[in-house]
Amino acid sequence: MEQQLTKYSISGDTMVVELTKELDHHNSVSIREEIDRQIYNGKVKNIIFDFKNTTFMDSSGVGVILGRHRILKNVGGVIAVTNVNKAVDRLFMISGLYKIVEKSSEI
Amino acid sequence: MYRNRMYLEFESKSENEKFARVTVAAFVTRLNPILEELADIKTAVSEAVTNAIVHGYNGGDGTVGLECIIEDNVLTVIVEDKGVGIPDIEKAKKPLYTTKPEQDRSGMGFMFMEVFMDEMEVISQVGKGTKVIMKKAIGAK
Repeated sequence: MEQQLTKYSISGDTMVVELTKELDHHNSVSIREEIDRQIYNGKVKNIIFDFKNTTFMDSSGVGVILGRHRILKNVGGVIAVTNVNKAVDRLFMISGLYKIVEKSSEI
Repeated sequence: MYRNRMYLEFESKSENEKFARVTVAAFVTRLNPILEELADIKTAVSEAVTNAIVHGYNGGDGTVGLECIIEDNVLTVIVEDKGVGIPDIEKAKKPLYTTKPEQDRSGMGFMFMEVFMDEMEVISQVGKGTKVIMKKAIGAK
């Protein structure tokens, strides 16, 4: 089975998370763990979620972003999302996520 | 009236969330849904199945039932578990309410099901399980 991996890159105190094709409960667990490991290492303050490969997301994906927001706001960090497609954009609007997350056109 | 039905059962494993939503999407293809309708259905199915796995069976073993019925242009999806059940359905449906914040559950599952489908009904009995019935007319807009 084709298994595309989430890519993580850190530059300064910002981590870019290039997400996989689908962000659901099943694959959100490991993504959450990896991001939190980097946050607790003290390196990461800001996160950019890159959705360029992502065609599906559900409330589990919203939970990943909300949860990271809760952690990072304590250290004054911000979360941005980029390259969201129409379906993901709708979820962000309905869930009210754009109130806490910045939509950026480029990384 | 055109009618078609399918029923399947699968184990309460998170990899089956994708299996379930892709299966329903394939089943409904005959109604020629537009991309947005397909995305809506896949998200709603994913939410219901995730609830069964995460909450119904608390991440443990169990069987999830998935039934789809097409009647003319209306799709009905029924997701059923024989898990713990929901003590207070109205509370569970409230946006942002979750019993598992430590797992980063957003509390938006039922809200997405309600927004993305035309109708949603939850039938639950503590200790017996939960059934979610969702309906959506395809090509209605």
